[in-house]
Amino acid sequence: MNILELENLTARHGLLEAVRGISFAVRKGETLALVGANGAGKTTLLRTLAGAHAVASGHIRLKGEDVTGLASHKRVRRGIALVPEGRRMFAAMTVAENLKLGAMAGRKGDWSIDKIIEIFPNLQNRINHKTGHLSGGEQQATAIGRALMSNPEILLLDEVSLGLSPLIVDRVYASLDGLMKSGTTIILVEQDLSRAMAVADRVICMLEGRIALEGEAKALTRDQVTEAYFGLRRAAKGSAA
Amino acid sequence: MSLDTIDSLPNAGSVERWTRSSRMAVWGSMIVLVGLAFVPAAFGAGAVDRMTALFIYVIMAAMWNALAGFGGLVSVGQQVFFGLGAYFTVRLADKGVDPFFSIVLAGVIVAAISYPLSFAMLRLKGGEFAIGMWVVSALTHLLVNLDGLIKGETGTSLISLNAYASGDRRAIIFWLALAAMAAILASLFVLLRSKTGAAIQAIRDNEEAAQALGVNVMGTKRLLFVLAAAGIGIAGALWLASATSFQPKTYFSVQWTAYMIFMVLVGGIGTFEGAILGALIFFVIETWFGSLGVWYLIGLGLVALIFSLFLPRGLWGAIENRFGISLMPVGYRLNLPAKITKEKAQRQGE
Amino acid sequence: MINQILQGVMLGGYYALIACGLAFMFSVMRIINLAHGSLAVASAYLIFVLTEKAKLPLAAGFVIAMIAMAIVGWLIQRLILDRSARGGQLLPILSTFGLSMVIDNSLFEQFGADTRSLANAIGDLSWASWELPGGIYLGKLPVLIFATAVVLLASLQLMLSHTTLGRAIRATAEDPDTAGLMGIDAAKVNAAAAAIAMVTVTIAGMFLAMRATFEPYSGAPQLLFAFEAAVIGGAGSLWGTLIGGIVLGIAQTVGASLHPLGFLIAGHAVFLVILLARLFLPDLGLLPAKLLNRTKFLYRGDAA
Repeated sequence: MNILELENLTARHGLLEAVRGISFAVRKGETLALVGANGAGKTTLLRTLAGAHAVASGHIRLKGEDVTGLASHKRVRRGIALVPEGRRMFAAMTVAENLKLGAMAGRKGDWSIDKIIEIFPNLQNRINHKTGHLSGGEQQATAIGRALMSNPEILLLDEVSLGLSPLIVDRVYASLDGLMKSGTTIILVEQDLSRAMAVADRVICMLEGRIALEGEAKALTRDQVTEAYFGLRRAAKGSAA
Repeated sequence: MSLDTIDSLPNAGSVERWTRSSRMAVWGSMIVLVGLAFVPAAFGAGAVDRMTALFIYVIMAAMWNALAGFGGLVSVGQQVFFGLGAYFTVRLADKGVDPFFSIVLAGVIVAAISYPLSFAMLRLKGGEFAIGMWVVSALTHLLVNLDGLIKGETGTSLISLNAYASGDRRAIIFWLALAAMAAILASLFVLLRSKTGAAIQAIRDNEEAAQALGVNVMGTKRLLFVLAAAGIGIAGALWLASATSFQPKTYFSVQWTAYMIFMVLVGGIGTFEGAILGALIFFVIETWFGSLGVWYLIGLGLVALIFSLFLPRGLWGAIENRFGISLMPVGYRLNLPAKITKEKAQRQGE
Repeated sequence: MINQILQGVMLGGYYALIACGLAFMFSVMRIINLAHGSLAVASAYLIFVLTEKAKLPLAAGFVIAMIAMAIVGWLIQRLILDRSARGGQLLPILSTFGLSMVIDNSLFEQFGADTRSLANAIGDLSWASWELPGGIYLGKLPVLIFATAVVLLASLQLMLSHTTLGRAIRATAEDPDTAGLMGIDAAKVNAAAAAIAMVTVTIAGMFLAMRATFEPYSGAPQLLFAFEAAVIGGAGSLWGTLIGGIVLGIAQTVGASLHPLGFLIAGHAVFLVILLARLFLPDLGLLPAKLLNRTKFLYRGDAA
């Protein structure tokens, strides 16, 4: 069952088209990885899904409902939560307050501060500290926890490994493991190809705002994805550049 | 995909500064200015007085626009320079300086005072700068009140003007105002077309980017600040000459800023032509509705409010948008041959 | 001298009342509402009309005025400030200035130039005072105003720290986009903050009318005082408005004892001196902010 459908989505940065006519569908419960070089349009795409970036043309359908023009705070209430690139903590507020903010959408569900601490135990000792004083990994945990507090049906993760040491990233993904298996639909943007292919069910590779490659993670080879990532295939075909 | 530079293309484009309509406009303005010089000979006292007021309004609008529209500095305290211009004129005249020369000298003094003031005030941003200038104005008003010559709110007059016959006096003030307006507008025009002008417009459009490109943002703002102070100071001095009497409350009133805001908002903030248009509109509205007293003021405020919400770029901004005309060419126009633009469009499509 | 200082401190309480709404709006929406003073005067006129013309008891008049002004605040935010804020930094200054012009002159049109006061409504309270040792008299009304200021500031602080709305306001103030990602409707939160600010404005307006006279153009001076108190205390700090108000109040009362114009001159001069000091000697200037650091309620990443 398709929980999310994108139809011919286009989004711009000023006059530059960052996302060009993208269409794909996301199945309920699957983990989809969006990969691609910097500037490929991955973050912009994720932000349009969350309502944080305007759509120039095309449609986004959530469980059949057209949410293209909906403001971000309304989309949270419908079950889409974004963990933004760079974490975007409310630095002057404590971990607990950040988490409580996540619950402001008012959606019913199982997530609570205690459950968040279960999957991110390193937050236990920092729960009343201002997030501005936290390490990168702790902030990332808080950011993810904050999004989870809204009891989302679709969780969007934007480059959670950015700026973190590999060990910390391992821990973050370990914590996400249970989530991915539990039935929450996850779309993640990830620079690290191997990690993306390891955790995802499906992979979409973007290049210059378009889909260069799409397929089940198990079915794709590393080489295929790398080629699509750098746009090598197109050059080989000798198409007019 | 290779990147072609404009230079290497067979039919390179050219950079132009003037368009046909703008050339006509500048010649037209010069003719109008010369024609205006004959007004005192042709028209009666009332008309001459009103036109003097119009010139003063144009000066004020152009100066407030220079500061806010080009420098990004909204000040709700520019009346301080208006008042000081008048005040120094009175003081100089009292010391025996010829009243008309006092006007010019007062402008210079105001400019001199504004220079050190800029070092303090320009460190403030946004609303803090706006109200900060208002506080400076309020304090200056009070200090002027302390001057024995002024006798508090009772004020005094530019008595030495009486040495001139009223007809002559009126004409001389008219010509002074006309000359001041022409000089200020001309220097503004030249300034905007110069390298500094490019810097000013860069700051207007995006201050951070301008700074990153090496534009001396603070120095440029200081220039605008002092220029605006001088211009508004001269405007105040001219107003005094026209009205003869000086009460601090009138000259330091925030009403003047209200007028300037109205003119610039309605005319078009950040455009050279907009300030002039705004002054003209204000002049007409004042002539027709000024007698309505408080309702006139309410109307001004309401119009300013509506323009700021729905037509923030003013009338000239709207005209520029729709018709793409620019009468006072302070920018650059890129002329690309038609062939190139078509090729580019084709490439974009695939 | 002690008398002046004491009076100045009490006056500071009033300034905290009028300044906290301005500081609040600035912190939440980064807008300085130039119509702030005019709105305080308008609320004073509203209460005046309700008590003198409609003959309502003061408490009722105040409550009605408070509700009316809260609605006005909501409307101003939705209709004017939201739009203006999107146009950049300049536009809110221009639109709120236009608004202040409309309010001031409309009040003049309606009520004329006469100065008014709510002294009638409070009877003896206008001049009642306690006698303290050393021949010093402490007015009961000023003390009431000061106490109200303290209670109001504490309430605002509590609201911000411990309520859901308070968290939403703080989040929206710090990062409206990310707040949106939390499900917070920034427009609604800002409107609520504006309504709260208007409630404080109504309280200030009422006390203005009680402790002094007011006329249609009193708004401008009130705006300047509010601004000065807020800035002296450190923009973005609630308790700072009390400290700033006290400094301003003391400067003014001491100045008043020196010269008829001394009240205003000393106030503005001290403000400018402190402003300059803060610009050129930043560490010194940040002193009040550092003292209040633990109670600072909003994070302003770009605060001066």
